[in-house]
Amino acid sequence: MGMRKVAIVGAGITKFVRRAQETGKELSWQASKMALESCDLTLDDIDMVTLGTAPDAFDGVHMKGEYLADGAGAIGKPYMRHYVGGGTGVFSPIHGWFHVASGMADICLVVAEEKMSSCHPHPQGAFLTIFDHTTEQPLMPTLIWIFALEMHRYMETYGISKADIAQVSVKNKRNAMDHPSAQVAGNITVEDVLSSETLCWPVNRLDISPASDGAAAIVIASERVARRLTDKPVWIDGIGHSIDTAYWATRDLSYPRYVETAARMAYDMAGIKEPDKEIHIAEPYDPFDYKELHHMEGLMLCPRGKAAQLTADGITARDGNMPICPSGGALGVGNPIAATGLMKIIEIFLQLRGEAGKRQVPGNPRCGLAQAWGDLMQMGTVVVMRS
Amino acid sequence: MKLEDFELGGTQLKASDFKTGKVLTTEWKPDLKYAWDNGVAIGRYLAEFKEGRIIARVCHKCDRIMLPPRMFCELCFRPTDEWMYVKDTGVINTFSIAKVNWDASRRGPKEPPLLPAVIEIDGASEGMGIMHMLGEADPKDFKIGMKVKAVWKKPEDRTGAITDILYFKPVAAGTEDKNKGRPEGRGKEVR
Ligand SMILES: [Zn+2]
Repeated sequence: MGMRKVAIVGAGITKFVRRAQETGKELSWQASKMALESCDLTLDDIDMVTLGTAPDAFDGVHMKGEYLADGAGAIGKPYMRHYVGGGTGVFSPIHGWFHVASGMADICLVVAEEKMSSCHPHPQGAFLTIFDHTTEQPLMPTLIWIFALEMHRYMETYGISKADIAQVSVKNKRNAMDHPSAQVAGNITVEDVLSSETLCWPVNRLDISPASDGAAAIVIASERVARRLTDKPVWIDGIGHSIDTAYWATRDLSYPRYVETAARMAYDMAGIKEPDKEIHIAEPYDPFDYKELHHMEGLMLCPRGKAAQLTADGITARDGNMPICPSGGALGVGNPIAATGLMKIIEIFLQLRGEAGKRQVPGNPRCGLAQAWGDLMQMGTVVVMRS
Repeated sequence: MKLEDFELGGTQLKASDFKTGKVLTTEWKPDLKYAWDNGVAIGRYLAEFKEGRIIARVCHKCDRIMLPPRMFCELCFRPTDEWMYVKDTGVINTFSIAKVNWDASRRGPKEPPLLPAVIEIDGASEGMGIMHMLGEADPKDFKIGMKVKAVWKKPEDRTGAITDILYFKPVAAGTEDKNKGRPEGRGKEVR
């Protein structure tokens, strides 16, 4: 389509923590500086900067893009902020891709930041204002309610149990034990998940990722520059994004159609015909354990209603045939929303370069995918990467 | 590169850091107030709530009977065509038994759980659900697919708000509407 090839050439990330001493700007700077160092660049080499961060209500700063610009290395450069709820972090490389693929930039720094801890008593409170102001807010909903509603519908439609779903939390928290940024890694059992506090049945405490502070950054470059910077560029071969209606209660809650639409766009671009065979490794968004399953199905990595069985069979384990969330995901590494999506991109980047350390999946994966989803269960973002 | 070779930023503060005064804090409590305009469609929708009725909007091109009502069809991208009353009964699409409030604080031991649900309203197009609450029965007795009916506030207490419906309760056995099919269960058309 007349676009240039784009590669990821460097990455940086902070630890994900419940409450960071650092400000959002400082976290952004730490991740950005590490990303530049990882590929031996300085800020002078950067043509453009994009930044992803989720609701301004977390920080109480109603211009987060501008506020964080210093930490993202954007001063004096073309700079754009993007925000698509939980889908933000995987939209971040897409946004950067636009700049480089179009020829507007040769090197783009892509930053994602979230500092949720400023919002008290709990950042969940900020989510009240994503609901419709007159037809929904008077019922005082939380995001946990609508996840519980969606999870229940998913369980009912496909006859899946809470124990089937809990395996995802067990797997991801265990995977995260090998991730140096991890906030809530642990060796837990399905029984631990089922006996943890019931928040909104069918959702228990250990079905959910935590609130987190953290930042991540990548450097992306045009083909010519990427080949000069590294022997191991990881190509962004497909991007996809799609939004569904905010009338979320009028949709089929058992299947994320918007993820499928985004995936089809990315697969078409990457020339992928059989995603379950051609995608070797995936990092779907897992803020809740059932969402990993939901998203695997929307990504067409398995038939609808079958993702839990793949998990039970160990197919999605790090040493299985289709490793899913080898990083440890949002459930294990933590969930500073925008930064989580970019953490997933970084995990695929490292896995495809064979640089994931103890987390490295066997078999030299060549093709991977990261996906996120957000807003009122309506936004899908997908990136397909190849080594 | 390997993450393990870098000194990662992000310094965890502990609860004890706050208790002992190692970390100083300051607080801001915004007191913002909004007066929202509801537009034509939601304005009429809520005015009908005050009368104890639910009204939808119909698009003749895609033939959808839409809740919440809207003055334009987002799929056909054209004006919608007419108002139509739908029933105040419906089917539970999904529900939860919530022990947390909107700000993630926990319900007290004596407070009953909240029962948020998606209810597909009879007379609207298939799948046209709204979020509302369930009530009047034990949480364990609710099931997906169960028929429910709105319990309205007393007329003098209604304000033209979504909360003019207190909750939806199970339809007592034997009084169920036999016209289960939705499109043919269309309500009376009004102008
Ligand atoms: Zn229409």
